[in-house]
Amino acid sequence: MSAFRTPAGGRIERSQPVSFSFDGHIYSGFAGDTLASALLAAGVHLVGRSFKYHRPRGILAAGSEEPNGLVTVRRDAARVTPNLRVTQVELYDGLVASSQNRWPSLTRDFGRINDALSRFFPAGFYYKTFMWPRLAWKALYEPIIRRAAGLGSAPTEPDPDRYAQRYAHCDVLVVGAGPAGLAAALAAASSGARVILCDEQSEFGGSLLSEAATMIDGIGALQWISNTVAALAQNPRVTLLSRTTAFGYFPHNFLGLNERLTEHLAHPKADAARERLWQVRARSVVLATGALERPLVFPGNDRPGILLAGAARTYLNRYGVKVGSVGVLVTAVDSAYQAALDLHAAGVRIAAIADVRPQATGALPEQARQAGIEIIPAASVLGTQGDLRVTSIDLATHTAGGGVQFAKRVACDFVLMSGGYNPSVHLFSQSRGKLAWSEAHLAFIPEISAEREVSAGAARGVYGLAAALEDGHAQGAAAAAAAASAASAASAAGIGNAAAPRRFAVNVAPVSVEAYLGALPSATAPAKDKAFVDWQHDVTTRDLALATREGFRSIEHVKRYTTTGMATDQGKTSNLNALAIVAKTLNLPIPQVGLTSFRMPYTPTSFGSFAGTSRGDLFDPLRKTPIHSWAVERGAVFEPVALWTRARYFPRSGEDMHAAVARECLAVRERCGIFDASTLGKIEVVGGGAAEFLNRLYINSWTYLGVGKSRYGILLRDDGFVYDDGVVARLAPDRFHVTTTTGGAPRVLAMMEDYRQTEWSDLEVWLTSTTEQWAVIAVQGPEARRVLETLVEGLDISAAAFPHMSVAHGRICGVPMLLFRVSFSGELGFEVNVPADYGLAVWEAIYAAGQAYGMTPYGTETMHVLRAEKGYIIVGQDTDGTMTPDDVGLSWAIGKTKADFVGKRSLQRASMNAPTRKQLVGLRTRDPNVVLEEGAQITASPGQTPPMQLLGHVTSSYYSPVLKSSIALAMVSGGRARAGQTLYVPMPRGDIAVEVTSPVFYDPTGARINA
Amino acid sequence: MLIIACPYCGPRPEIEFSYGGQAHIARPTQPAQLDDEAWGAFLYLRDNTKGLYAERWRHSHGCGRFFNAVRDTTTDHFTTTYKVGERP
Repeated sequence: MSAFRTPAGGRIERSQPVSFSFDGHIYSGFAGDTLASALLAAGVHLVGRSFKYHRPRGILAAGSEEPNGLVTVRRDAARVTPNLRVTQVELYDGLVASSQNRWPSLTRDFGRINDALSRFFPAGFYYKTFMWPRLAWKALYEPIIRRAAGLGSAPTEPDPDRYAQRYAHCDVLVVGAGPAGLAAALAAASSGARVILCDEQSEFGGSLLSEAATMIDGIGALQWISNTVAALAQNPRVTLLSRTTAFGYFPHNFLGLNERLTEHLAHPKADAARERLWQVRARSVVLATGALERPLVFPGNDRPGILLAGAARTYLNRYGVKVGSVGVLVTAVDSAYQAALDLHAAGVRIAAIADVRPQATGALPEQARQAGIEIIPAASVLGTQGDLRVTSIDLATHTAGGGVQFAKRVACDFVLMSGGYNPSVHLFSQSRGKLAWSEAHLAFIPEISAEREVSAGAARGVYGLAAALEDGHAQGAAAAAAAASAASAASAAGIGNAAAPRRFAVNVAPVSVEAYLGALPSATAPAKDKAFVDWQHDVTTRDLALATREGFRSIEHVKRYTTTGMATDQGKTSNLNALAIVAKTLNLPIPQVGLTSFRMPYTPTSFGSFAGTSRGDLFDPLRKTPIHSWAVERGAVFEPVALWTRARYFPRSGEDMHAAVARECLAVRERCGIFDASTLGKIEVVGGGAAEFLNRLYINSWTYLGVGKSRYGILLRDDGFVYDDGVVARLAPDRFHVTTTTGGAPRVLAMMEDYRQTEWSDLEVWLTSTTEQWAVIAVQGPEARRVLETLVEGLDISAAAFPHMSVAHGRICGVPMLLFRVSFSGELGFEVNVPADYGLAVWEAIYAAGQAYGMTPYGTETMHVLRAEKGYIIVGQDTDGTMTPDDVGLSWAIGKTKADFVGKRSLQRASMNAPTRKQLVGLRTRDPNVVLEEGAQITASPGQTPPMQLLGHVTSSYYSPVLKSSIALAMVSGGRARAGQTLYVPMPRGDIAVEVTSPVFYDPTGARINA
Repeated sequence: MLIIACPYCGPRPEIEFSYGGQAHIARPTQPAQLDDEAWGAFLYLRDNTKGLYAERWRHSHGCGRFFNAVRDTTTDHFTTTYKVGERP
């Protein structure tokens, strides 16, 4: 038994000792301990180094608000969790934890030099200090600062664990299972409501868990908790979630809960989910989130051994741990005396109680006096001593002139402090509820709810056990009633009459509302040591004063400049003190300075929990064509295109991509190739208004497009810029088959629906996505017709009968077919559309028939090279959302006689026709073997230094096997007029000279396509 | 995540919908008649209201239909949703 463990009492299992390690030292504790309580039981307060100054830090709190005790818990290389609060890490046998932000060790930390150099690290120092030389920021300052000012390190291995997610609905969600929350859940459940009760701790009870001596309705508090939880657990309409943090409150009563399922287990089952994300839609919400004790701000208030009074009481009563041997309590409120009294009763010496108030006259101070504890009224603190642990404290008393004078130095190994309580309004604030300043509480408390929500108990400033229980019960009943009125009659059938108001008999005195805010009165001479406001981000009173001196007035600006409240604890212990100090410096009332917004998450929440199963293969849906399996068997290399997986090239043994693509390209140019174009977006536009619909939408004119013909269509947005393109075929007078880019299909359909439904309801048009109904097999090359002739049934596909851009229904291999004569390769080409289920069989039949003609399968890479040789753009690669049809050489497609189409008016703006606009051109490098980089910039002259005059950029660049030369497409300012000019592509290894050409590199007359 | 009452399908979670910007901005019937400024205003200028705001939603993963809604931008609460062609 360690010296600091009480002989009996507390919620720990003394029959179950567990062994754990911290920074390599082996300690023992008990089941039911947290890492914090077990370390304190071993006499260890020092658990971390501060963020900026690397000051030794101890445990400040007992709950999730802990700012100092951040540790890394390691199970194995992949299960390393940094930045866990020691106060929330439940002990298990074999737990391995280590401190952070120290080197080489926690007790001998090199970074401590920052504290001595702290005059160089004031608020905003990184905005001021590291400005010069400019390049040094990236190379020198940032890496050093990042290393020095770090918290924990992320694990280096992928997370092997499973994270579950669940949606839930309820009538009443109660957040917080302290006395108010338990009473609220009881009341709501008794009226028949479906209730979810969650609490971040390992067991329900909240503050009551530290109140073993308290009686409620004649039974002990701990028994009352277990009776209450048992009653709730028996109700099938109640869901109880412990170890579950409500971390986010979103609109329409949607709350995110993070349930930790296995973190507390020594040996989690291999297949067990580690955490569960609950997304709860609640008809009404009760926030019974309690209140957090407020630290006091005085010089040297951050030494290990200095902690919140209520935390010390929790360690004693709940965990059976004395936080030291000799202590001093510094307080401004009566309630903190209970901690000193409990410790005194447990045999711990309380050397003094320094009370900031002029007199301490309440019942608890009186008990302290009777216990023989010295009380110093009108007190303040001038500083503390001790390096790795507090050894003494310098107390002062107020002088008549409003200053303070040194009173005495008191030796101690712990200091308790309390400035009263801050209601936990984080979730209320997230819900956009309106807070009101309460002068009595010296705190903000909930005033007007934005959602169907009520706060209960200490969370809304109702302090004291009896009051909190009563308030919780009343608010729970009110929440159930509100849920019933919000629900439709049928679904609310379960909720009966509201629970009647209830009183709870307790044996503790009511608590008066008291608080202290801001820094303690200080001496006129500046204190030697820093007075910390935000422990986790190392923000001191001096930093806040500096920020206001430098002109920051808004609390939001002070927050960002000093980073107060911006650490992972979001200023749970610091925000109000910081606000009060800023208000005092600015000489403004606190409500006028305002309060910074609380944001989700309430406490850090793991990425795994948000990701759930959306990782690896399940990250996104994967779309595969009917021919995918064939490509897999042929050893194709795939690439993602939107959500599709497409064959990029089909390497033969020994070939790299370059060799495979060269072979595929030449095969298409010389014989024939087969290409899976099934991913093309397809939309069927049907109805009496279909032609007019397309006339209004596309730049082209469709009125005179004959049945059985198709046309290359271009779609703009109303801002005049190219949005999508594709072949549009007329299958019947009132039926068009529209193709879109692979990636653009959903947004084109959405755009069409928008115009159809909201602008042109006069037109009779139906739109149907048929992308996945058709498999599309492109057969391209001089031999393409000969291959298909043997397979196509009932259709004359000769050059005369079926010229370029023809479309016809027919049959192939006995199945229905829609045949297009189109080409994206520049060769004689067909696209065979068959119902998707027949796609693979027809593909295999064509491929087999094609073997006599040297048919070669090719992928998207070859498709890209072939189209670039012809100067065909790819929307999204050669365009970027700022290009007009004319910019990319497509103004010929505009229906000249149309009064209007989407984007037409914008094309008439003067700037859309400026001669300096970037235009699509071809580029040929002087050295045919040099392939330009896509995205490379273009200049008019060589040897320029920044800032350069940039004329444009390369959009597509390949090596063309048929031309035995590199080719590139580029957007160049006034590019078409520059044909024949030499321009330059500046690269790290020097300028590359290029000649501006037509974007059509191959077969400019189109003889091959019309063959 | 918001709950949005599709006038055709009833209340559904926000993930079923796509946002369509400010409501009741009709495309000019004769764009050629507009000067650049008026056309630019149609294209780009939208209200940024604090309070009640009429906006378009599409139940894209449901019935696929566009409809209008009035939402309080300070609370994200809807006061009503209504079909195209109707007034709130």
